[in-house]
Amino acid sequence: MTEFWDMGGYGAFIWPSYGISALVLLGLVLGGIVRMRQVQSALAEFEQESPQTTGQSA
Amino acid sequence: MFGYANPRRFQLLAARIEPWVWVASVICLSIGLYLSLFVSPPDYQQGETVRIMFVHVPAAWIAMIAYGAMAAASATGLIWRHVVADLFARASAPVGAGFTFLALVTGSLWGRPMWGTYWVWDARLTSMLILFFLYLGYIALWQAIEDQTKAARAAAILCLVGSINLPIIKFSVDWWNTLHQPASVARLNGPSIHPAILTPLLVMGLAYMLLYFAMVLQRTRIAILEHRLAIHLRDDADRVSQ
Repeated sequence: MTEFWDMGGYGAFIWPSYGISALVLLGLVLGGIVRMRQVQSALAEFEQESPQTTGQSA
Repeated sequence: MFGYANPRRFQLLAARIEPWVWVASVICLSIGLYLSLFVSPPDYQQGETVRIMFVHVPAAWIAMIAYGAMAAASATGLIWRHVVADLFARASAPVGAGFTFLALVTGSLWGRPMWGTYWVWDARLTSMLILFFLYLGYIALWQAIEDQTKAARAAAILCLVGSINLPIIKFSVDWWNTLHQPASVARLNGPSIHPAILTPLLVMGLAYMLLYFAMVLQRTRIAILEHRLAIHLRDDADRVSQ
């Protein structure tokens, strides 16, 4: 198992590469989910007030 | 394409497709990671560091594909006043910037053990750095201009002017002397990589492609809602000032 993590002596470069990739990609996904919720709830305030002028929500 | 100039129709379709693209990307990513970390043999020259290539090369591909898609959408928005195209372009920028950042950082982490340096100012690396700044500039421009229609137009022009950088990135390894290796997958006479390493690379490429697509769908949906929110806020402000 240590051999696997060592990666022929290059573990110090390989694991950070995978780590930062996971971090950035996950950050993009989660950032999107959070923003979607924020915008949806902000929009709900307006579109419940005057549903006849804004129509049905998409 | 023009049927989906109507944001509501686009919303409905995108909301239906998006979950499936997420599922497909997770499956593909799991297979890709398994192949990359456990199945692929070490390269005869790069040793184990070839595994960095499995997250580096796909990130660089998407960095360029995302910009190409953003440029196509910008042109569509400029010429046909296609609102969804403008919002798609806007939604692409943070995603493209993320992948470009990853290409730069993972490349750097590979360069240290293989070239002996984290960074060189050669044509490929520099043009990728410029791509990253183009994305950031594009995002900043959208934020700097309050009028959404004007912001869309200015950002689209910046994006189209910047697209000259794409062929420069692609051919930088042929036009200039560079430390970066030349193309080895997208070549006229076929890839020059052994299948044992090419397979995980292509699976990871597909996984990144699907991830990019899912992220852009998600963010275009957000951008459409934000656009609607901005209109409500403006109407509200008008009502107060009257």
